[in-house]
Amino acid sequence: MTFLNVAVFLSVFLPLISSIYTIIIGRFVLGKVVAIHATAFLFLAAFFGWYVGVNFYIKNVAEIQIHLWQWIDIGFLTVNFALRFDMLTVVMVIMITTISALVHLYSIGYMKKDKTLDKFMSYMGLFTFFMLFLVASPNLIQLFFGWEGVGFCSYLLIGYWYHKEKANNAAMKAFVVNRIGDLGFLLGIAACFYLFESIDFKVIIETIPLVSEKNIVVLHMSVHTLMLVALLLFFAAMGKSAQFGLHTWLPDAMEGPTPASALIHAATMVTAGVFLLVRLSPLYEAASFSLEIIAIIGLITAIFAGTVAVVQNDIKRVIAYSTCSQLGFMFFSIGVKAYAIAIFHLVTHACFKALLFLGAGSIIQAMSDEHNMKKMGGLFKYIPKTYAVMWIGTLALIGIPFFSGYYSKDAIMEIVLVYGGTLGKIIYYGALFSIFLTALYAMRVMMLVFHGKIKAHEKIIAHIKESPMVMLVPLFILAIGSIFVGGILSVEFVNDSQNFWGRSIVLTSQLKLIEKVPHIPYIYLIPPVVLGFLGIIVGWLLFEEKFIWRDVFKKKLYKIHLFFFEKWYIDEFYELFICRPYQKIAMILWKKGEDTIIEGIGPKGISYIILKAGRLLSRLQTGYLCHYILGAVIGIVGILWIFLI
Amino acid sequence: MLYSDLPLLTMLIFLPMVGAFFVALSRSEKTYEKNVCNITLITSGATFLYAIILFLKADFSSEKFQFMEQATWLPSLGIQYAIGIDGVSILFILLTSLLIFLALCISIKKITFKLKEYCIAFLVLETFILGAFCAMDLFLFYIFFEGVLLPMFFIIGIWGGKHRVHATWKFFLYTLLGSLLMLIGIVCLYLEFNTSSIYALYGQNIELKMQYWIWLAFFASFAVKLPMFPFHTWLPDAHVEAPMAGSIILAGILLKMGGYGFFRLSLPILPEASQYFSTFIFTLSCIAVVYTSMIAFVQKDIKKLIAYSSVAHMGFVTVGLFTFTIYGMQGAIFQMLSHGLISAALFMCVGILYERTNSRELEFYGGVATILPVFAVLMMIFTLGSIGFPGTSGFVGELLVIIGAYQVSGWTALGLGVSVILSALYGLLLYKKVLFGSIKDTCKFLKHLTYGEQTILAALAVLIVIFGLFPQCILDLIEPAVKVILEKTEISTFSTMLNSKVK
Repeated sequence: MTFLNVAVFLSVFLPLISSIYTIIIGRFVLGKVVAIHATAFLFLAAFFGWYVGVNFYIKNVAEIQIHLWQWIDIGFLTVNFALRFDMLTVVMVIMITTISALVHLYSIGYMKKDKTLDKFMSYMGLFTFFMLFLVASPNLIQLFFGWEGVGFCSYLLIGYWYHKEKANNAAMKAFVVNRIGDLGFLLGIAACFYLFESIDFKVIIETIPLVSEKNIVVLHMSVHTLMLVALLLFFAAMGKSAQFGLHTWLPDAMEGPTPASALIHAATMVTAGVFLLVRLSPLYEAASFSLEIIAIIGLITAIFAGTVAVVQNDIKRVIAYSTCSQLGFMFFSIGVKAYAIAIFHLVTHACFKALLFLGAGSIIQAMSDEHNMKKMGGLFKYIPKTYAVMWIGTLALIGIPFFSGYYSKDAIMEIVLVYGGTLGKIIYYGALFSIFLTALYAMRVMMLVFHGKIKAHEKIIAHIKESPMVMLVPLFILAIGSIFVGGILSVEFVNDSQNFWGRSIVLTSQLKLIEKVPHIPYIYLIPPVVLGFLGIIVGWLLFEEKFIWRDVFKKKLYKIHLFFFEKWYIDEFYELFICRPYQKIAMILWKKGEDTIIEGIGPKGISYIILKAGRLLSRLQTGYLCHYILGAVIGIVGILWIFLI
Repeated sequence: MLYSDLPLLTMLIFLPMVGAFFVALSRSEKTYEKNVCNITLITSGATFLYAIILFLKADFSSEKFQFMEQATWLPSLGIQYAIGIDGVSILFILLTSLLIFLALCISIKKITFKLKEYCIAFLVLETFILGAFCAMDLFLFYIFFEGVLLPMFFIIGIWGGKHRVHATWKFFLYTLLGSLLMLIGIVCLYLEFNTSSIYALYGQNIELKMQYWIWLAFFASFAVKLPMFPFHTWLPDAHVEAPMAGSIILAGILLKMGGYGFFRLSLPILPEASQYFSTFIFTLSCIAVVYTSMIAFVQKDIKKLIAYSSVAHMGFVTVGLFTFTIYGMQGAIFQMLSHGLISAALFMCVGILYERTNSRELEFYGGVATILPVFAVLMMIFTLGSIGFPGTSGFVGELLVIIGAYQVSGWTALGLGVSVILSALYGLLLYKKVLFGSIKDTCKFLKHLTYGEQTILAALAVLIVIFGLFPQCILDLIEPAVKVILEKTEISTFSTMLNSKVK
């Protein structure tokens, strides 16, 4: 075993060790000490992650596989648990371990008053492990282990303050909505196995050409089986990555501690869906109709979440919807076959979104746990360092040139342009609108929180102070990342993608598209940037308190505002058409179906009949001799009748 | 060797009975209670150890039955006392002896009256259950299978809750009715082939029409026992009224006897009929999964909730068995074992709470996690197992059955798959209401778990996780038995296909 293999192994398993260590040692040692240990473990994991990455990059290693154990081997179904690292995995591992380590560090400061800090650190470590296990998996089932594992840790962390009813409900909602997607995943696994007789990624990818013509009959319609697999797995991805329809859990998930939101609901777990699709990019390449659906759902999400984010007042919810919207960008990027660019956006987004979340955490703590932006304002004087990093995050999110977000977003827009066709056009204009919305809501956060008059209570103002260094350092590091990562990576991820990704992602379509990029008229490349700036200016004007037209706008747009504010009434829709009917039907089934029908026809009915029959028969026992004699006579006559005839 | 002639398996079956005999002998003295407890626990513990020794000694990699014993029993009828075990039987034997041992351990100290009878009932019950899993003769199987009813009848009827009498009779009559039909089926088979040996009947060519009728007769018994929709209504009542140990055995083992019956009798002896009725079974199972999951969601009684969830989980078993694929069948057997552990553990958890508060109402509880953190962790593992979370044994069975079902019919896979969502709904609801939230006044003064309780629950949790992470060790045991059935059915279906073509 070479040192590289050891590094691979450690980078995945150190977080697990950290998780177990913290929960055991935490019983005896102060929470803060344990937290420092856990952070050390995570930094070590990140170090190994980087080590592996650098080795892969320099030595051009294509793949490393470490066999762990055989999970199942029956019939054709062989499931080996292993760590398979290729370039895609390595990129994800570096991203996950680094951000996790920073969030761990940040949590030492943020959660210092928490009584069960060891538990929190343990959950975070466990989460990181599952996420790494997910990205390192060589087959669908191991991926599903990680998939469910991160979902479960997310459940634990959302419901971390479990005495709060709201947190519990949010946690349960997150788990159940994710499970709706998981239904797709499970059926996807079954369909995949039916089609390929294997669930190993390599075998699947190799077998695709052989099965691409197979059809299956569903509801008397012949359906392309590959398409079915692709759509089922996409459905799973929709759940995890909070795409339109299955997004409702993500905003509610903000009930959890902010560091957890930064790690799970911004940088890592929610991108698992994107990762799954990219991992299976050859499959989606072969089932191209499914890509159009993905693109459309992604676009709808990008716009929908943008519109909602513009009017929300809870700072974390705004960022959550922003995450939703950015995930939409990644999905339609996949939809136009630019898989590597989707990953590019995933990485830059992880950087600046984690920054924004942690920054928001810093603000919330300064404001004594106030989430409502309407009650903030004018904070830039009090927490200038947070203010500065929040600006960096905001500019990166909007995609202002030479910040990280610019490179990835720009690459997506270029590909969308050359993709062409009606779909390409729709996506292009939709995405432009979404970019404008992004700038708008990002500016709104900055204006409401940092500028204008202070609306907070005096007591709160007295307590406002800049976060300690242990929280600021991760912010600074992420801020540096948010500025430079995009520029550095764009060379490798986009321009030199063939060399960099090797065979881990299918690049043929993307390369073809990129070739055409230089031919795009220059005029088409400006709008994204211009709209970004426009959004900033409009946002500045709109949310500046002294702006004269504000009230006019408010009156005119009241209805639209309400529609957006109520999140397009989607939660209400589900409540009305799914949750309540489910409960009602269940009640009816229980009271009527179970107690009346099944019991009535079954046990109760039969016993009733027997009782009645018994009563009737018992009436014959009158006690009068003449009745018995009559009976006997009838009996004898009857017997004679039978024998004589 | 010297011991090779010993009836090893018979000794296993009747060991608890011997223990029961000694319990019955003990008289009222100062140490009476202690004696009874000790004898019972030692006997059931020894049975478990003995089962482990048998398991280690035997070679289950082949399809041959191990520890075969034969003795003439009713010579005039040619009925034999024939027993033997294969990989599937030994798993159920281990499960049985383990669960009965644990159930006794956790409950025996809390029995306040008729302790002696309680112990005897459980030990006799163990003998009957072990017998049913070992029997190689139809009549013997029937006797053991029915014999189980008697001790269970008393366990629920004497140590049960408020409405125990109603529940007992319902349970007794319901199961008896089904079993009597099975007896008719057995007699029919016997008259036709003049043998009651299960193994001899494997792969016999039975006329189709007769197969259908006998299959239905068997179905009546097993479907009630399992239970399948719509024959399940005895189960919630019986569970609610049964004492904790009774619930554990009922959910953990007795239900599995129905599945075992399908596996051991219906599938191999009546393969064509089984295939003929498979769609019927799929439909009932899918209805069961959705219907009982929904009903479980609105239950207010914790025990009822778990009881209904058991019915839903058993839906996976029936589908798996009747897919006639290696994945589905292995998954089904695995699901039975895993559900045995998980449901037993869940009923223990409820029992532990009930002892402390005398309430099974969901609304009664809240915030228990703060008071009993260890309990919260363990219960979380069991809940996850119950909702089929990867890494627990619950996942393996469900995954394999869904994979198997998909090979046969996508719709069945979808119907079962819905349970992924629905089980999460009721499972997490239960967990949330009981353990999360602010501490309710009613459960402010909950006593901590005793070390004994912690150990028992932890042991089950460890088993559930180990089977979830390393299921292959179990699947290896199941495989030969499943392959036998698959080969037999393939041959017979092949021959019927030939016959129909000739016609």
